[in-house]
Amino acid sequence: MSAAVELTDVHVSLGGSHVLQGVSLAAPEGEVLALLGRNGVGKTTTLRALMGLVPHTGSVRVLGQDVSRWPAHRVARLGVAYVPEDRDVFSALTVAENLRLAEQVAAPDYDAVYELFPELRERARQRAGTLSGGQQQMVAVARALLNRWPLLVVDEPSKGLAPRLVSELTDVLARVSATTTMLLVEQNLAVVRRLARHIVVLDHGAVVHQGPVADLDDEDLMRQLLGVSA
Amino acid sequence: MTVLADLTFSALALSAVYFLAASGLSLIYGLMDVLNFAHGLFMTLGAYAAWDLTTHLASGLGAPTIFALGVGASIIAGAVVAGLTELLLIRPLYGRPISQILVTIGLDLAAVGLLLGGFGSNSLSLPVPLWFFEATHWGALNLPNADFVALAAGIVVLVGLEWFLRRTRYGIIIRAGVENRDMVRALGVDVGRAFTLVFVLGGAMAGLAGLLNSVVFNGDLVSPLQGDGLLIFAFIVVVIGGLGSIRGSAVAALLVGVVQDFSNYYLSSHPGMAEIGNLSVVLLLAVVLEWRPRGLFGGTI
Repeated sequence: MSAAVELTDVHVSLGGSHVLQGVSLAAPEGEVLALLGRNGVGKTTTLRALMGLVPHTGSVRVLGQDVSRWPAHRVARLGVAYVPEDRDVFSALTVAENLRLAEQVAAPDYDAVYELFPELRERARQRAGTLSGGQQQMVAVARALLNRWPLLVVDEPSKGLAPRLVSELTDVLARVSATTTMLLVEQNLAVVRRLARHIVVLDHGAVVHQGPVADLDDEDLMRQLLGVSA
Repeated sequence: MTVLADLTFSALALSAVYFLAASGLSLIYGLMDVLNFAHGLFMTLGAYAAWDLTTHLASGLGAPTIFALGVGASIIAGAVVAGLTELLLIRPLYGRPISQILVTIGLDLAAVGLLLGGFGSNSLSLPVPLWFFEATHWGALNLPNADFVALAAGIVVLVGLEWFLRRTRYGIIIRAGVENRDMVRALGVDVGRAFTLVFVLGGAMAGLAGLLNSVVFNGDLVSPLQGDGLLIFAFIVVVIGGLGSIRGSAVAALLVGVVQDFSNYYLSSHPGMAEIGNLSVVLLLAVVLEWRPRGLFGGTI
């Protein structure tokens, strides 16, 4: 199976700190790859390097193209939808404007988005800054799904959400994953188990483990890699 | 009462010119983090373009038509020079704010030097229709026609900008970009085009502000340093209103215009108080920053 994302020896330095120290990984097409690790090991920076949002060295291939030197908007237009950590909805814009901004194809799929998140239709004219955390996450995911792009990059979708919302959001992502390759950063291992087939574990800016999601059941390994018990 | 009304009207006209000068500056900083010290140059060149066109057109066209063409020339000159500035000088320096400041200061100094060399330091007289020198009588009020023009221009630009920012896709891109440029890029939007557009819009408004400043407050005179003088007040308006906020610029321009005009009228005749209008504006700036360090509307657009 070919890889939708291939990172080879990617290095990122930010503010004098060598955050990524040669990350290499591959996300198989049509599957969900979860990127795990303790706080501050470089998971978010890996996604930002993939998106072209931070300067980096090394090779980044996305959907068959070498995007190592591409600006972020070109990477996205290649077919990469991005849900950042902390949502980053535009608080001064309405829900409808947030979605309109994300439109990049001639026929954005509003029907599918409103089917997944009916609440957004009702709140279309509400400013995103006045939404709850869960509703903002809906906007962030909806923006990413609007263009039906083949690759979804999601950074900690469950962060800060109540358990019921996490469950609902996971259901949505599970439905999306049936047709979309996904690169997922997530601390909630229940969500990872539900969605992912493969995991990659980062530590100190480098990949220290790759394997099937079943590796999460290896308690010793998880304690060693993530500092948690499975 | 009549004096108060006359004074308020003239303050509104001054506010309109300040708003035109400041709104582009505010958008440029809000979206791009560029402190554009060449903005005064865009104003000056707008006025010179209008002077150049209106003094070379055949008088048979009629004074109102000639002046209208001059308005168009000022807007186009400001827009073109601003667009070229963004493409040629600012774009290679993104992420280097100190270099951007230095290059815009350098551009302003060099261009003003060229204007001084080409046109001399004497002010040039801009041909304007006689109607501008007359006043409209409304009851006991005598409202200068030139003030009407400035006020109308300010209102048209404010309404037009609000429409553009809220109803068009580029407007949404600009508002979103002021909040989080990276996320706009990550949604597949080429923010660079929005940057150029904002510079062009800001330059167009600055060009118009330069012309109206000459007509309404400068005795129809155009001079190489007029834009730099106006730029100082434009910066104050931007800071009081909140960087990046158009509504903030409108409210701040109103405050600055009223405070400056009223201070000048009531206090400047006292001994040692000739500059009280300018001092009042600086005091207003200090009070607002003490109360709201990000300006009145900081963080919104």
